[in-house]
Amino acid sequence: MTLISVNDRAIEVDAAPDTPLLWVLRDHLAMTGTKYGCGMALCGACTVHIDGTATRSCVLPLSALAGRRVTTIEGLSVDRSHAVQRAWIELDVPQCGYCQSGQIMSAAALLTVKPAPSDADIDAAMAGNLCRCGTYPRIRKAIHRAAELLAPGRDN
Amino acid sequence: MPTRDRLRAKRAIARTEAPADAARRDFCSRTAQLGGGLLLAMTVPAFGGRPGARAAGRASDAAESGTTSPTELNAWLKIAADDSITVLVDRSEMGQGVYTALPMLLAEELEVGLAAIRIAAAPAGDAYVNVGNGGQVTGTSNSVSDAWERLRTAGAQARTLLIAAAADKWRIAPERCRANRGRIENDRGQSFSYGQLAQAAAKLKVPKDVKLKSRADYTLIGTSQRRLDTPGKVDGSAEFGLDVRLPGMLYAAIAQCPVLGGRVRSVGSSAAEAMPGVRRVLATPSGVVVVAEHFWQALKAREALEIVWEEGANASLDNAAIRVLLDRAAAANAGLVAKQAGDPAAAIKSAAQSFAAVYELPMLAHATMEPMNCTAAVRTDRCDLYVGTQVQQLAQAAAAEAAGLPPARVNVYTTLLGGGFGRRLEVDFIPAAVLASKALGVPVKLVWTREDDMTQDYYRPPAREEIHAGLDAHGKLVAWQLHITSPSITARFDPTNKDPFDSVIEYVQNYPYDVPNFGLTYTRREIGINVGYLRSVSHAPNCFAVESSLDELAAAAHKNPLDFRLELLAAKPRHTKVLKLAAERSGWGRPRPGRHLGLAFMEGYTSVVAQVAEISVEDGALHVHRITCVVDCGQMVNPRIVESQMESGIVFGLSAALWGGITVGAGRVRETNFNTYRLLRANEMPETDVLLVTSDAPPGGIGELAVGPVAPAICNALYAATGRRVRSLPLSVHGLV
Repeated sequence: MTLISVNDRAIEVDAAPDTPLLWVLRDHLAMTGTKYGCGMALCGACTVHIDGTATRSCVLPLSALAGRRVTTIEGLSVDRSHAVQRAWIELDVPQCGYCQSGQIMSAAALLTVKPAPSDADIDAAMAGNLCRCGTYPRIRKAIHRAAELLAPGRDN
Repeated sequence: MPTRDRLRAKRAIARTEAPADAARRDFCSRTAQLGGGLLLAMTVPAFGGRPGARAAGRASDAAESGTTSPTELNAWLKIAADDSITVLVDRSEMGQGVYTALPMLLAEELEVGLAAIRIAAAPAGDAYVNVGNGGQVTGTSNSVSDAWERLRTAGAQARTLLIAAAADKWRIAPERCRANRGRIENDRGQSFSYGQLAQAAAKLKVPKDVKLKSRADYTLIGTSQRRLDTPGKVDGSAEFGLDVRLPGMLYAAIAQCPVLGGRVRSVGSSAAEAMPGVRRVLATPSGVVVVAEHFWQALKAREALEIVWEEGANASLDNAAIRVLLDRAAAANAGLVAKQAGDPAAAIKSAAQSFAAVYELPMLAHATMEPMNCTAAVRTDRCDLYVGTQVQQLAQAAAAEAAGLPPARVNVYTTLLGGGFGRRLEVDFIPAAVLASKALGVPVKLVWTREDDMTQDYYRPPAREEIHAGLDAHGKLVAWQLHITSPSITARFDPTNKDPFDSVIEYVQNYPYDVPNFGLTYTRREIGINVGYLRSVSHAPNCFAVESSLDELAAAAHKNPLDFRLELLAAKPRHTKVLKLAAERSGWGRPRPGRHLGLAFMEGYTSVVAQVAEISVEDGALHVHRITCVVDCGQMVNPRIVESQMESGIVFGLSAALWGGITVGAGRVRETNFNTYRLLRANEMPETDVLLVTSDAPPGGIGELAVGPVAPAICNALYAATGRRVRSLPLSVHGLV
């Protein structure tokens, strides 16, 4: 048994220590919002936050998680109220939607360190998240919009 | 799936029957039990992205409140006593927006807002056959054009029935009633909600002739509504095939022969069977399946299998050999004449200037972000199939065969598709899941890895396209002839088809330019491996050859590529308008300093599109800065979705143009993951400028349309920049990117 913290809950997991966090989340904890795309940290579909940093869960073994805090798309907000989720809805970003959990987690992590990112900041932070449908133009707009929503002094 | 295949698909698809209602109710209640509070919590807002979850919520609500199940007013519409309205969408949502656009058609006539609507995936059934495709198929970019009359009529019929039911209750003439935002009102200020009327309405005779609203009265169609599937796609609750969970479900990985077309000779499975969590190793016709308690265990155990492969006829196949096959076939064979006008050969011979060029297109992988997967639950008398598929009836037939059950005993539950692009027109990943579930007596979810997905695809066929043309003394195009040599998609997809022509040539049959002497010939040359439909099927490869050749011919005629095309489209105002707008918006003729422009035009899916690529070339490296895209796709249901599909097609086209290519060596596909099969990333995304032209034409296709012009527009810009003509893709093999 390994004790891990997911979305502010302490959870005991009965899985081999080499099991990637991705499959722990999906198959052991029934949290399927985090997606499998490549298994080699090449596509970003499996992105979660580890202690607030965007991390590819497909190559992160369970054994590396002791004492660390995991946040998944399910834990980003309880009601789609995170600024990134609101911006994504406002601009209708997703198409097939499969990569979007990972896109959103990468974008949310970016905004915690760069509250007003430039296009170059967005490119750098989002280059690891593939989207086969081509939502990149909307993702960029939506990240700028989320930054606006998060700006101090705004009520919305 | 192109036009020529439509009737064939119909022949290929086994007659299907709707699953028993009892089975579906069972599914709903079971899912409700399984999901419990979590699933219900995710369905709280009116828009949830998860049809399954919402079905669960409904079933559970009904059980708790004691209300009856929803009333079915037709194959696409259910209304419950609590006024909830469910639209059954019979096309698969794979990003193209059908879960929004199709309900809009029905809601327009039903007189309800989209906020009132819940979506569910339709089951497999003959009611849902796509007339154009000859089966229940999501393909050919025709979901909207196919549904255009049918779903508006379904909405209008339901509205008429609800009015009749209300009029009966009030004992007044129906003319004194009207539908308004989910209620039927009369001229005395009384009203009933649709939910109050649904049961009575369903007992009335369905009216044959209903009057559809005129365009001027539309309140939904033509407006940019938010997609109904977005909320579930931003909180992780949207359910893709990979996310299906059933009680007692086991997980499976599959080992397939690395040589395309090869088979298993022998399996040593004792080491794998001894590994933690492994329940069974079984050989199936498509490969060796490892079933375990968790997917990671199945994957690890797969590595421990000792398989001897029967590599078969492709063991020494490689790209060079494939190229030789196509070259030799092209040289040996004039091809079957698919279309001809005038006498192109004679006209070329007598032309003032003649032209010849060979264009080559590589194989491509679909590379959907969600790898192939399927969950099956087989019992003695039925099989429940949970799958992201573009072909519900073919999926049903494939599962039925594997399960040894009649098709009517297979219930197909279509999940959201994490990309389709034609890959999910195939059902090759289904039988192994069914066989595993049948062998173990529990539900099994079979998941392909990315490597499986990349190396076991039905690749876009390679093509060799030879063009001969002639210009007169004034530089006018007087003859144009294309000989396509390529393996056939149709021959495999529907072996009953005896038509010598194929989907791989379809685009050229739409060749938009007026040329007095025209020829299209096709030589089918198989290459030993399976090829399949990839988004924009024939349009992308053939548009590359056609539009590259047009640019080359313009240069030979010393004409501007825009003027050269406009001359040949003079009789087509719709085409001319789109082309001129694209030129205007892109700054054609006056590129920014250091930038160069290239143009491409295409007619397809009864839509018309023009693109201009703006590039620069520095130290021999090509950069794409902007793609301008102007489209006339006829009447639009939801312009916001049309715009996103144009962006989508551009990105798909860019990945293919810059890096797309499958390399076969020793019969194996060398590209195994996204490090070797490169797709466009966010930091490589050029600007896009999409203009949607207002149009009265009937609705045309949008999902595949924007892919084709990207590569020729870029290559034409490259020629403008450097004088270098690239006649084969991708650009990476020429050292340009």
